[in-house]
Amino acid sequence: MSVLPFFGWVQSLAVGESIRNSLWLFPAIESLHLLGLAVISGSILLVDMRLFGLGMRNQSVRQIARDAEPWFVTGLIWMLLSGSLLFTSEAIKCYRHWAFWLKMACLFLAIIFTFTIRRRVTMADAATITPFKSRLVAIASLVLWSGVGFGGRWIGFS
Amino acid sequence: MSLLGFCEWLGNTPWSVALHESLSVYPVVESIHVLTLCLFLGLAVMFDLRLIGAIMRSSPVSQVVSRLLPWMRAGFAVMVVTGFILFYGVPVRTYENVFFRVKMVLLILAGLNAWVFHAGVYRKVAAWDLDPTPPLRARIAGGASLLFWACVVIAGRMIAYNWFDKPV
Repeated sequence: MSVLPFFGWVQSLAVGESIRNSLWLFPAIESLHLLGLAVISGSILLVDMRLFGLGMRNQSVRQIARDAEPWFVTGLIWMLLSGSLLFTSEAIKCYRHWAFWLKMACLFLAIIFTFTIRRRVTMADAATITPFKSRLVAIASLVLWSGVGFGGRWIGFS
Repeated sequence: MSLLGFCEWLGNTPWSVALHESLSVYPVVESIHVLTLCLFLGLAVMFDLRLIGAIMRSSPVSQVVSRLLPWMRAGFAVMVVTGFILFYGVPVRTYENVFFRVKMVLLILAGLNAWVFHAGVYRKVAAWDLDPTPPLRARIAGGASLLFWACVVIAGRMIAYNWFDKPV
């Protein structure tokens, strides 16, 4: 079964149509999406850098992860909402663009990874986690989220 | 020579024409510019949030500064270099773009705000380093920084839209 009809249905929704027909709505939502990008990437970097022994290394990984988490969750919800609005206005274009699928695949994996393995490692007793393991987790997180950001930027080039 | 004259001259230099006509280099530089926002602005937002007492409330402010500032500087350097290249590729249109001008003014305001903070209340950071909620002047600096940079991002995004461009 093809998912194309679903994308067509999304694009036909009234909300997408109003964004398409407006001169300034798309750029405005794009700007909100970019502002969310700053918040979510800051909250991700703070923790991944700490896992590497960089950045806020005088604090424990757990402390930094706890500090960053509410901002990460808020940023993620913000990004999903603003991103969905952008998507409804050009769903068919997204369907045909490889960068969209790359972004969705990375996003899916990144969210699962963040709330399972990464969360278990950042919240664990520091003595039980080897530096090698924390670095591996940081690299995986950075690679997955970079894929999301890169894919997102590339959807704009068509 | 006027600024416009300078931009016209700049836009006619061979490298500027090559950049402008390149199908791959310009988008790549643009992407680096946008994605480095994650490093520079991402960490700047975390620092500003600490200044308003909204994150890392148990970490000393001076540590947030000393541990994150080198990364923010590196990110900012990439932003400036890629930003200059983007301007160099399309100087005249960019110079005449109202959002570009607004963005430059906002950058100056953001810079002034950072300078006032570092030359002012941050000099006495030892007195409030561990305060979960920093003093009012530090909170104002953090809030103003968040506001200015948010407007820089919005104005920067709008440069790509040409609603107010003069017809060629």
